[in-house]
Amino acid sequence: MVELSIELGSVLLLAFGLKGLAKIRTARTANGLAALAIGLAVVGLLLQQGLDGWPWMLLGLGIGGGLGAVLALRVAMTSMPETVALFNGCGGMSSLLVAIGAVQLPTPLNLVGQVSVLVSVLVGAITFSGSLVAMGKLQEWLGTPGWTLRPQRHAVNIMLAVACLVCCVLVLKGMAVTLIPLTVLSLLLGVGLTLPVGGADMPVVISLLNSYSGVAAAAAGFVVGSELLIVAGAMVGAAGLILTQVMCTAMNRSLTSVLFGGALGAGSSEAGDGAGGREEYTNVTSCSPEECALTLEAAERVIFVPGYGLAVAQAQHSLKELARLLEQHGIEVRYAIHPVAGRMPGHMNVLLAEADVPYDQLVEMDDINPDFPRTDVVIVLGANDVVNPRAKSDPASPLYGMPVLEVDQARTVFVVKRSLGSGYAGIRNDLFELPQTSMVFGDAKQVLQSLLQELRSLGVGKVAVGSGSAR
Amino acid sequence: MSVPLSGTSALWVLVLGSLLGLELIGKVPPTLHTPLMSGANAISGITLLAALALIGEAPTPALKLIGAVALGFALFNVVGGFLVTDRMLAMFRRREAN
Repeated sequence: MVELSIELGSVLLLAFGLKGLAKIRTARTANGLAALAIGLAVVGLLLQQGLDGWPWMLLGLGIGGGLGAVLALRVAMTSMPETVALFNGCGGMSSLLVAIGAVQLPTPLNLVGQVSVLVSVLVGAITFSGSLVAMGKLQEWLGTPGWTLRPQRHAVNIMLAVACLVCCVLVLKGMAVTLIPLTVLSLLLGVGLTLPVGGADMPVVISLLNSYSGVAAAAAGFVVGSELLIVAGAMVGAAGLILTQVMCTAMNRSLTSVLFGGALGAGSSEAGDGAGGREEYTNVTSCSPEECALTLEAAERVIFVPGYGLAVAQAQHSLKELARLLEQHGIEVRYAIHPVAGRMPGHMNVLLAEADVPYDQLVEMDDINPDFPRTDVVIVLGANDVVNPRAKSDPASPLYGMPVLEVDQARTVFVVKRSLGSGYAGIRNDLFELPQTSMVFGDAKQVLQSLLQELRSLGVGKVAVGSGSAR
Repeated sequence: MSVPLSGTSALWVLVLGSLLGLELIGKVPPTLHTPLMSGANAISGITLLAALALIGEAPTPALKLIGAVALGFALFNVVGGFLVTDRMLAMFRRREAN
């Protein structure tokens, strides 16, 4: 009875935890509740089955839990997306291993159990290899090789899927050995499905893989006969699907085009109708940090638009320093946050929060768009696709319809960028050629540092002006 | 593993659990997309229960080792997932307090 109430309590806590995670006020407590729920579930299970095999349990706890804790506490906020992908993949791997272990137990599995083993292996393996590919792409260890975008990739993936199904049937017919080829083929399928997806769409894929890992956990629940595991897995699986849908909506992409459409922009550059990313920029003005500083000094309202380039350069602290200096000079400073800026929704919020940027200075897209026309200077830091005016004007562009930050409305725009290379989605950006736009080439952190130096040598911040100094 | 489930009741659990998951998450502010994904991801590491059960049932050391490795992967997911989510959310909290 005790075990049952513990299990029920743990399900309730999990449900409340998941619900609370979707609200800012409750999110942190909710995360703790969910962790507590898992702890309770473990206690309940151990009460039920005893501590038989405890050295093995300790081994898993020490190595897995220890490594997880170290990584989680050490990893930089900038590489959060790939960290989540890695954790997710390991969850999938765990379900896969449990299923492979379960078939070797002396107690024979019934049909439901056997099917669950197959689902667990298949989905677990896809989650594992898919998540690792996603991590590799986010870390920029892996690109999107051209051959993965050929139409034949669909045929290859379909063949892999069919081969997986054949293996499943063979396993059900009693050939347990075919679990090995099934594992290998599913791992390959995970790679085949994830590799062609463009980097800009990676968050959606990670969210989807997260949903898969829930499904794999639920399947493992069937294998070992644990209702708790089934409920929790099903809950995460379903919630993950919803979250995936929410993210797709934020990026104005459909799930099918993310999964099967290949990398954004790759198709259009082949079409050669001028809408592609290979076209050269002709009318680009570039300027030095010094000129940029002069303009900044004279401005009244400044908006920063952070993007992935800021994250890569680890420049959030320099940005905060620059913003403080400008505020001391009486300049109004705000940050425009596009919902999918960076490599993951909310990425920029997390990053700027780390640098102690005040919450009320981060303004979401819909609220800040009307303010751009009366903004003196916009500084785009390593963002590209989320400020591309083509998303509004060019129906042929793959970005068309995606809500963007309308920085082209501002009086002056500085784009800090390493080079004129195309954005993550590989699409040409008309913003760079506008008359009010100047490019400041360089690494975001170095540019910000030289801006700081230039502004200080101009005397900005030494004599406090206006109300900005009262903070 | 001690209580074998009847196939149908387990399917009920699956269906109701999925419905619950669909209902739990409605509108999510974009700020929370990453933490929510990360938190949900940590929960999916609950497959560690299956790994524990496997260790308990396994008759041979080889099988216990598979269970231990599965447990390690799951705990990596759970412990790391919750901690990383907490780190992200702690920043929002501190910022609100200001």
